[in-house]
Amino acid sequence: MTARTAYAKIWDAHVVAGDPRARALLYVDLHLVHEVTSPQAFQGLRAAGRTVRRPDLTLATMDHNVPTWERSRPTPDPVAQEQLRQLEENCREAGIPLLGLHHARQGIVHVIGPELGVTQPGMTVVCGDSHTATHGAFGALAFGIGTSEVEQVLATQCLWQAPAATLEVRIEGALPAGVTAKDIALGVIGRIGVGGGRGSVIEYTGPVVRALSMEGRMTLCNMTIEAGARAGLVSPDETTVRYLEGRPAVPGGADLARAAAAWLAVASDPGATFDRTETIDGTALVPYVTWGTTPAMVVPVTGHVPTLDAFPTEAGRRTAERALAYMDLAEGTPIEAITVDRVFIGSCTNSRLEDLRAAAEVVLGRRAHPRVRAMVVPGSQTVKREAEALGLDRIFRDAGFEWREAGCSMCLGMNPDVLLPGERCASTSNRNFEGRQGAGGRTHLVSPAMAAAAALHGHFVDVRELATTRLPEPPAARAGG
Amino acid sequence: MRPFTEHEGLVAVLPRDDVDTDQIIPKQFLSRTDRDGYGDACFFAWRLDEAGRPRPDFELNHPGFRGASVLVAGRNFGCGSSREHAAWALLDSGLRVVVAPSFGDIFTVNALQNGLLPVALPAEAVRTLVGRGERHDGYRLTVDLGRQEVRDGEGLRVGFTVDPFWRDCLLEGRDPVAMALHHAAAISAHEALRSPLLPVSTGLDT
Ligand code: SF4
Repeated sequence: MTARTAYAKIWDAHVVAGDPRARALLYVDLHLVHEVTSPQAFQGLRAAGRTVRRPDLTLATMDHNVPTWERSRPTPDPVAQEQLRQLEENCREAGIPLLGLHHARQGIVHVIGPELGVTQPGMTVVCGDSHTATHGAFGALAFGIGTSEVEQVLATQCLWQAPAATLEVRIEGALPAGVTAKDIALGVIGRIGVGGGRGSVIEYTGPVVRALSMEGRMTLCNMTIEAGARAGLVSPDETTVRYLEGRPAVPGGADLARAAAAWLAVASDPGATFDRTETIDGTALVPYVTWGTTPAMVVPVTGHVPTLDAFPTEAGRRTAERALAYMDLAEGTPIEAITVDRVFIGSCTNSRLEDLRAAAEVVLGRRAHPRVRAMVVPGSQTVKREAEALGLDRIFRDAGFEWREAGCSMCLGMNPDVLLPGERCASTSNRNFEGRQGAGGRTHLVSPAMAAAAALHGHFVDVRELATTRLPEPPAARAGG
Repeated sequence: MRPFTEHEGLVAVLPRDDVDTDQIIPKQFLSRTDRDGYGDACFFAWRLDEAGRPRPDFELNHPGFRGASVLVAGRNFGCGSSREHAAWALLDSGLRVVVAPSFGDIFTVNALQNGLLPVALPAEAVRTLVGRGERHDGYRLTVDLGRQEVRDGEGLRVGFTVDPFWRDCLLEGRDPVAMALHHAAAISAHEALRSPLLPVSTGLDT
């Protein structure tokens, strides 16, 4: 039997009909649903007289458009309210489990799937959201879909898919202190570009990836879409099994051993070949900061905003010029000289317990810079509870940071958590597009530790130069409680 | 599915790379729960200034592009968010075709699902189209899906390929959901063989 990639194994195991080499009907094991991209799908379903085929393989939450300051009063925007109401009604009608606004397990769709254990190796996972790639950290084939496809999955539990090319991104060596999964992601996108992964499924391999925690792998896979790839994944290993053990949707006892054997069998076989391989020296990675309006416009924190003559083509120069104008940055400015007004620690990229801990270790015993308004938005109510049990909320509050309820918040600013025109933000989210965090707002993408450091100093600083306090390891966290 | 066979129309050019779906339709319009009426929201922040006046520096505000149904853009058009609202907004503002050197993967499918045709042409050909479109003299293109070629009145003729699955869907107005339901027996057979150890979502909401 020839050596196969994890992607090929998952693909082969899910083809229901069609031509597996051209266009196949692929079965979906888990369909995650949220309020923003689903209302039109349910309407379409109803208009066609169809019903939801597998509510038991569908899980809904409210995350994009929910308030994060307090939950006792309704969302002020009546249009948003109607959107939340429709999700509730659609789920009730179809029998789809909903972790709604007031549910103890509510959270960002890509945070709650893994923490509940519904995302497992070898599965196909889809969601009407481009950052579905996050679930690939478990060795699942997970990708974002549009609303018409949401409707199709509701109706059929299947999708028409063409096979993707495979791209191996191999991170060699070891990660230096102060460099995180977010920096790997930014480093990779800086190298291959925002279109570098187009048409491909990326598998992250190599010793650096093997040494990453599940939370780090989620951060890395999450950003895969920013390289234009369809999905990103990491072959499952013992780290994956340990993370899943004991989670609500994961079997126990003898079934766990059987499930774990199946999970580990999903990993790419030794000698499996990829269509393309990019090798990156992990020891050369540093903390990165984006300077422009795509995640590929990125430089080391010790670097400078590029000069226009660094762009070989006329089109490249024009794009960079527009980005500099939007970001209100002069060519050649040292990154550490850029001041910030806001700091956002959150989003499906960096809002899990490990992220909040890394930020808290920088913050402990210090105060936010008086100009900076900093907020921490846990990815889920579960993360929030766990962080509070460790006292992280106190560390942030004592430093003058806001401690919020779970949701997407200022990652995309659909709720009142937005940047004002001209405000500059150090953000742990995934997109620095124009206006992403608020019309006229300026976003610099960084890791949680780098965001925390920027909040304390009022400008970007190299987190490797700061003394940080190691917080004790949390007890084995379980989303069951 | 809205069919697409051949289209002839006025060209507008937006020679920017990496136009993301956040620009095509900003988040403040994503709270709505319908599929149409997004035309006014299309390219909102690029099109209008804070006071709601058209920005003179935005390419598509040129009067010569009014009524355009073919958009010619830079590489990686429609990257970023999966919001299908981007395709709805482009259609609602009168577009039927977007020509670019490349497209975001999710955007491509969203566009096709709605009968908006993404046409990927070599960068060189796109540069030629941009040059001709920028003359602002009513430059028009014919996009022929059956023959998979783009033609203009100046002798230009460039071929393109659309995934055969989607080409058939568009030419014949076929519904991908109905096509999937046609395989209901195969879907049930697959379900019967799924491992009982696989997770379910029920019971997690209590
Ligand atoms: S946190 Fe941001 S990127 Fe993640 S699902 Fe929410 S809006 Fe999308």
